[in-house]
Amino acid sequence: MSNLFNIDIVNPEQSFLSKDNVFEVVIPAVEGEIGILKDHIPIISFLKPGIIKVFSESEEQSFYVEDGIVEFKDNTLSVLTSSIFDLKDADKNFVSDSISSAEAELSKDNIDDQKRFLLNHKVEVLKSISIN
Amino acid sequence: MPSLDDLRKRITSVKSTQKITKAMKMVAAAKLRKAQENAEKGRPYSEKMNNVILNLSKSITDKENAPKLLVGTGEEKVHLCIVLTADRGLCGGFNTNIIKKAKSYFEKIISENKTLKIITVGSKGYDQLKRQYKSYIVENISFKESKNINYFDADKVGKIIIEKFEKNEFDVCAIFYNKFKNVITQIPQEQQIVPLNEDKDVSGNDNDYEFEPDEDEILSNLLPKNISTQIFKAMLENSASEQGSRMTAMDNATRNAGELVDRLTIEYNRSRQAAITKELIEIISGAESL
Repeated sequence: MSNLFNIDIVNPEQSFLSKDNVFEVVIPAVEGEIGILKDHIPIISFLKPGIIKVFSESEEQSFYVEDGIVEFKDNTLSVLTSSIFDLKDADKNFVSDSISSAEAELSKDNIDDQKRFLLNHKVEVLKSISIN
Repeated sequence: MPSLDDLRKRITSVKSTQKITKAMKMVAAAKLRKAQENAEKGRPYSEKMNNVILNLSKSITDKENAPKLLVGTGEEKVHLCIVLTADRGLCGGFNTNIIKKAKSYFEKIISENKTLKIITVGSKGYDQLKRQYKSYIVENISFKESKNINYFDADKVGKIIIEKFEKNEFDVCAIFYNKFKNVITQIPQEQQIVPLNEDKDVSGNDNDYEFEPDEDEILSNLLPKNISTQIFKAMLENSASEQGSRMTAMDNATRNAGELVDRLTIEYNRSRQAAITKELIEIISGAESL
């Protein structure tokens, strides 16, 4: 029996990635990373800034996402996100710009703890990308 | 009776107008294909978003404490209308149709003694509405500078709406745009986005989802996103409709110009022939009298 399922990553402008031969996906959900295998229970969750890892038979892909929603149902994982890019073609300038804008946001006083946490996290992830 | 010279000038002028409309038609046709493609590409996102929200709102049991963006403020006093139009003219009835639809809605609101607020997106809508509804227009947004329709522009509009909602500036929000059916037909649409119209037809898929974090939190985060998504969808449909409408309008204009040229040419030839005949008669009668 195959242990493969489908993944659809869409952003508002177009369908970003669609595959039907993945066996594991790791998503950075708001309350921690979730690894999804075939026949996972239906779930709806949020993303926080982080890396989506898609393991298919032939290759392994990683994407950076800023925010979004994931839904898993009937062995189809849908990821809705407004900002995503492949780590392979990450733009150094874009990454450093994002880091500095996030840090600028962090230095403001009027942000609540949850937002501060998310921004801190974002900076961390982005920095780890720019090192690689 | 216009002179021969006048006629010739008119024919040339109509012909050059025809060249312009023909070029515009072809440009619109090329843009239409792209706009249509974009509209199709954008569809999965808004569909999936809708699905998720449907599933979520079904699993909310505590209707009292549900997010206000979903169930409304409980009142219907202040209506906010977002009118999405094009930035350019010469596209047939495209802008007028949206405005017409919006105006009938405005009249209904005003006659019911409710407060009306208008946000126009696109300069043509503002131009057409400012005469009659100037005092109601609270904001006028235009994306003339952005070449393509992108999500960030839609998100800007969405954020303005959310901000106004959080300040309790309105109870009900509706958007007006043209839905693209095909090249010839565009249907002006009125769509209510706040509170979200609950689709009654949700039976059939009763998946029990696991939510992380809980439903309320997801919903309250998701609904603002949904507003931007709906606006983005409307903008995509609008741009496809605009190009389609312009293409048909320019096609008609080209054809009409062709007919006009034919008619003018016949008139020109007739009066030329009349002049020749007149001269001939003069010569013959002159010769006879000798």
